[in-house]
Amino acid sequence: MIVKRNAHTGNRMSCGLGSLLSCVMASTARAQNEQTVFEPVSDHAEGIVWLWWAMFWVGAVIFLAVMLLLAVGLWRARRPNSGLGESASRNLVIAAGVAIPLVILLTLVGGSLMLGRSIAADPPPNVMRVRVTGWMWWWQVDYLDQDGKVIASTANEIHVPVGRPVEVQLISADVIHSFWVPQLHGKTDVMPGQLNSTWFTAEKAGVYRGQCAEFCGVQHALMAFLVIAEAETDFRRWLERQAAPAEMPENPRARFGLEVFLDRGCASCHTVRGTDAQGNIGPDLTHLASRRTLAAVTIPNTRGHLGGWISDPHSVKEGVFMPRTLLEPEELTALTVYLETLE
Amino acid sequence: MGNKVVIIGKLWRLMLPIALALLSGCGERASVPELPARADVKRGRQLAEQVGCGSCHRIPGIPSANGQVGPPLEGLAERAYIAGILPNHFDTLAAWIAEPQRFAPNSAMPNLGLSEDQARDIAAYLYSQGRRNIQTGEEF
Ligand code: HEC
Ligand SMILES: [Cu+2]
Repeated sequence: MIVKRNAHTGNRMSCGLGSLLSCVMASTARAQNEQTVFEPVSDHAEGIVWLWWAMFWVGAVIFLAVMLLLAVGLWRARRPNSGLGESASRNLVIAAGVAIPLVILLTLVGGSLMLGRSIAADPPPNVMRVRVTGWMWWWQVDYLDQDGKVIASTANEIHVPVGRPVEVQLISADVIHSFWVPQLHGKTDVMPGQLNSTWFTAEKAGVYRGQCAEFCGVQHALMAFLVIAEAETDFRRWLERQAAPAEMPENPRARFGLEVFLDRGCASCHTVRGTDAQGNIGPDLTHLASRRTLAAVTIPNTRGHLGGWISDPHSVKEGVFMPRTLLEPEELTALTVYLETLE
Repeated sequence: MGNKVVIIGKLWRLMLPIALALLSGCGERASVPELPARADVKRGRQLAEQVGCGSCHRIPGIPSANGQVGPPLEGLAERAYIAGILPNHFDTLAAWIAEPQRFAPNSAMPNLGLSEDQARDIAAYLYSQGRRNIQTGEEF
């Protein structure tokens, strides 16, 4: 019996450590991708992080210099008659207290103004345009053609070709949000009733996480998105696919799933192009299965998560504007099977 | 991705005997209950999180797993029956996870397309959160 107890506590202990580790690992896995300003992949982000480091090092040097002066002062104060002469101390105050800070601050202000100008400059003419609409708490992504007509609609995932400038036109459907992909560009506010825009060129293929950067309600923290930079040919193939309407499923169970989708209220909020579902309160689901995550990078796009999300979105993302739908089990199964055909 | 998981899994299996040998070196720990063959608690936890168990169930040790669609899985190891229909043994639990419809055709719990090994890993994780010797099924 005693041996058993030991065995139990031993097991518990190693489990505790193990689960701590796997907790850390899993939370990074959940984030899909680290979000960082320190690994820029565009000129704009590079400029921003350069300025950040410049300010950091200038600040660090000043801090050290001040600490040094303080130490010297304290040291000398212990000796009698050790003060500087009157004119020497006046000069020190003028130089270190006025002149040097003025030069440093003006240089830094000049640097950030110049950087701001270059970032705010108009994008080059071969720019690709994407319109992103902020909703509580997800991102609608519309690809526009030359005339500004929408050719494809998706959510929480922005594909861009490597090396081509992309302009993101930003508008909010409700409150103020802020669009931010730290590895690509600076924060840009997303306002109701006012079109803002930002642009960047991703120089390296990869998946870059973005995040709403303006508090917008309970699920602000779970309002993320992914920018996927890929080769031009892959991007074209992807966009062509996204622009196409959904295909009618062959499989009878999936067909039943489509009926469920149309009959049980989903269609009043969601669009699936090529069907009667034309709602526009929630994300366009025409190519849902091609997306990596669900609910603005809250959960991976897998069958289990999808079923749980449909059955009870609020235990995944509390307060979300999608109701709980109580389906018969076979309806739920068919519905997920149908949604999985939307590639 | 799938391939990677398999390869890592294989590597881990190669390392497991070494790890066990090291562990048994530290006296006290020698009596830690061994896992059932071919099951890995840590991998089970990662799988449970990835495939989405947590969107329907509350699972101890996985903070994001707070679904309320199905029953909470705290204390699963102590329960007498799984899903109210299967006696609670490691193998039946793994089989249920792999294919719920085999036992309850009308269950809302989906078939996640897990391999037998993956289902065993998840079952091992769930058991590891309770007070039951995974090997013998005996409660501590
Ligand atoms: C009242 C409107 C409404 C109804 C009805 C509704 N949804 Fe939603 N749905 C939303 C909103 C809003 C979101 C975005 C939630 C978020 O991420 O914040 C969403 C998100 C989703 C997503 C995730 C999409 C993505 O790309 O992240 C899926 C899948 C989905 N809904 C499926 C369904 C299905 C299936 C039904 C019917 C059973 C349904 N919805 C009914 C509003 C609705
Ligand atoms: Cu926000």
